[in-house]
Amino acid sequence: MTRPILEVANLSVDIRTAGGTLQAVRDVSFSVGRGETLCLVGESGCGKSVTSLAIMDLLPRAATRRVSRLAFDGVDLARSGKGAVNALRGNRMAMIFQEPMTALNPAYTIGDQLTEGYRRHKKAGAAEARERAVHLLEKVGIAAAGDRLGQYPHQLSGGLRQRIMIAMALMCGPDLVIADEPTTALDVTIQAQILRLLAELQRELGIALVLITHDLGVVGRIADRVAVMYAGEVVENGTAAEIFTHPRHPYTQGLMDCIPLPGRTKPGERLGVIPGVVPSLVGGIQGCPFRDRCPHARPVCAETPPVKTQGEHAWRCILEDA
Amino acid sequence: MALFIIKRLGLALLVALTVSIISFVLLRTSGDAAIAIAGEGARDIDIEAIRQAYGLDRPLAVQYLIWLGQTLGGDFGQSLYFKTDVVDLVLAKAPVTLLLGLLSLAFALLVAIPLGVLAAVFANSWIDRAALAVAVFGQAMPNFFFALLLVMLFSITFRWLPVSGSGSWLHFVMPTVALGYYAAPAFMRLVRAGMVEVLSADYVRTARAKGLPTRTVVFKHALRNAIVPVVALSAVQLGYLLGGSVVIETIFALDGLGFLAYQSITHKDFPVIQAVVVMLSVIYVLLTLLGDIANAWLDPRIRVA
Ligand SMILES: Nc1ncnc2c1ncn2[C@@H]1O[C@H](COP(=O)(O)OP(=O)(O)O)[C@@H](O)[C@H]1O
Ligand code: SF4
Ligand SMILES: [Mg+2]
Repeated sequence: MTRPILEVANLSVDIRTAGGTLQAVRDVSFSVGRGETLCLVGESGCGKSVTSLAIMDLLPRAATRRVSRLAFDGVDLARSGKGAVNALRGNRMAMIFQEPMTALNPAYTIGDQLTEGYRRHKKAGAAEARERAVHLLEKVGIAAAGDRLGQYPHQLSGGLRQRIMIAMALMCGPDLVIADEPTTALDVTIQAQILRLLAELQRELGIALVLITHDLGVVGRIADRVAVMYAGEVVENGTAAEIFTHPRHPYTQGLMDCIPLPGRTKPGERLGVIPGVVPSLVGGIQGCPFRDRCPHARPVCAETPPVKTQGEHAWRCILEDA
Repeated sequence: MALFIIKRLGLALLVALTVSIISFVLLRTSGDAAIAIAGEGARDIDIEAIRQAYGLDRPLAVQYLIWLGQTLGGDFGQSLYFKTDVVDLVLAKAPVTLLLGLLSLAFALLVAIPLGVLAAVFANSWIDRAALAVAVFGQAMPNFFFALLLVMLFSITFRWLPVSGSGSWLHFVMPTVALGYYAAPAFMRLVRAGMVEVLSADYVRTARAKGLPTRTVVFKHALRNAIVPVVALSAVQLGYLLGGSVVIETIFALDGLGFLAYQSITHKDFPVIQAVVVMLSVIYVLLTLLGDIANAWLDPRIRVA
């Protein structure tokens, strides 16, 4: 196997809040191969966004990151200087955010915001950057691309803005794109279009994609690998085929049970609801975080469950095979 | 936009009119103009004659309307003390005050913007607290006191700067600093608050995600958005600074409108006081209007509608 484009080992993020320290992400490890699509799934608040921001070094100031290895194409970002990280960000690794309405600067034109990263990273002139921007706007399906460059974000719809965010992420020809629920804020009809676009571009350009999504239908269609997060931990991680056909962790099984049967799956179906509540992440969690909701819970689950592996498939549970 | 400007102009006129009424009434009730005109030790009969000649025996409302009519016709009357045309007098002194106002505004912004940005970027650190201390100091100290400190230090101890007068640019240094430092804290707080908010905005995160260096993120993406309210405040503050120039110009004997106002008040030179007050209020209102227009223009959501 060739070297993965992204390796994350033992990532933890603490966030200082008024109520105490919130362990938003705990001991998360995964890797993404070149050109591969990893889907990160889990209920809202389980730490997906914080994980992606931690990888991009974009965490809010109240957050502290600890990680034993965070390597992009073999270079450990956790041990690199700010300059080295900035040379990669927006260049070889890019991010698409959840909220297209606020992710663009209201004071600058689309053209300016599209080209500034390219001009910096590629040492390109204005004309060349503009040409590249027009090319990418066309690629993400925006008509009259040249005219859009002079417009301001408030003149565009949410769907258009998210297309622009995708074009912006692709400007420098990245090896890795992290997309954090890129369609959640959009109309349902536009959601499918944007996701299809993203998947097509990923395949065409051979980009590695980390896609955070609620939509298990999408995961089934485009994921090579799936990482399932629960209460700040990756509780199961494996190939999409394994996760869908043979989920090992009771939480993953619960998620799968919530998908309607094949053939009756409606497009845009969201993760279902598993009864019970997620434990508070403030002040640390002892034992398996899922045990209050787990149908298989036993007294031994009050201790930290082991990580079991089978090939590339890994899960955190006392059960061998539930 | 045009409608907006027309509405604001109407409001501006209304404010100027109100100020002129209030100042007129205050001035006329604060002392007897006839006595002021007649001079110390004039006989009662002379005062009475002056009172009738100047129409000062008429009801206040009538006097005001006469004054308003003359003023609108460009006639502010004669200075009682300087014995010259009020308009000439005011126009001769205005440039000095305007220059002082603009210089001290520039000084205030020059101090406040970098401090505000630093305080926000390093929020809750010692840098933030140091910047806050500078601001509190500026707001707490009366500007005449600060002016006197400057004089003691730079004119008396070091002998670098002239104590008073308005002959050269050196004469403007201390008045500018004294007046500008007083205005800086408000700007600094505004810049800091704006920057703290903007720095956590999604689009700033987008800019960081592009791998832009910190200075581009802070100055291009954040400051550009945080500076918008500063523009409006600049106009308002310039108005305050013109008002504050009365004290500062008097301390430094800087020959502008403020000093003129002080002299007219001590000599009960009613026509001049009235003219200066009306003029300052009109400038103030126009500046506020200018600030609003600039604000609207700076925000592309309003400009490109
Ligand atoms: N800036 C922040 N300040 C405080 N808590 C935060 C912040 N960002 C995220 N959190 C908390 O961290 C946890 C993980 O959040 P997040 O990663 O956004 O979840 P999601 O999986 O929905 O993306 C949540 O409990 C959330 O409340
Ligand atoms: S460790 Fe225990 S509680 Fe946790 S998922 Fe496995 S069986 Fe359930
Ligand atoms: Mg999220």
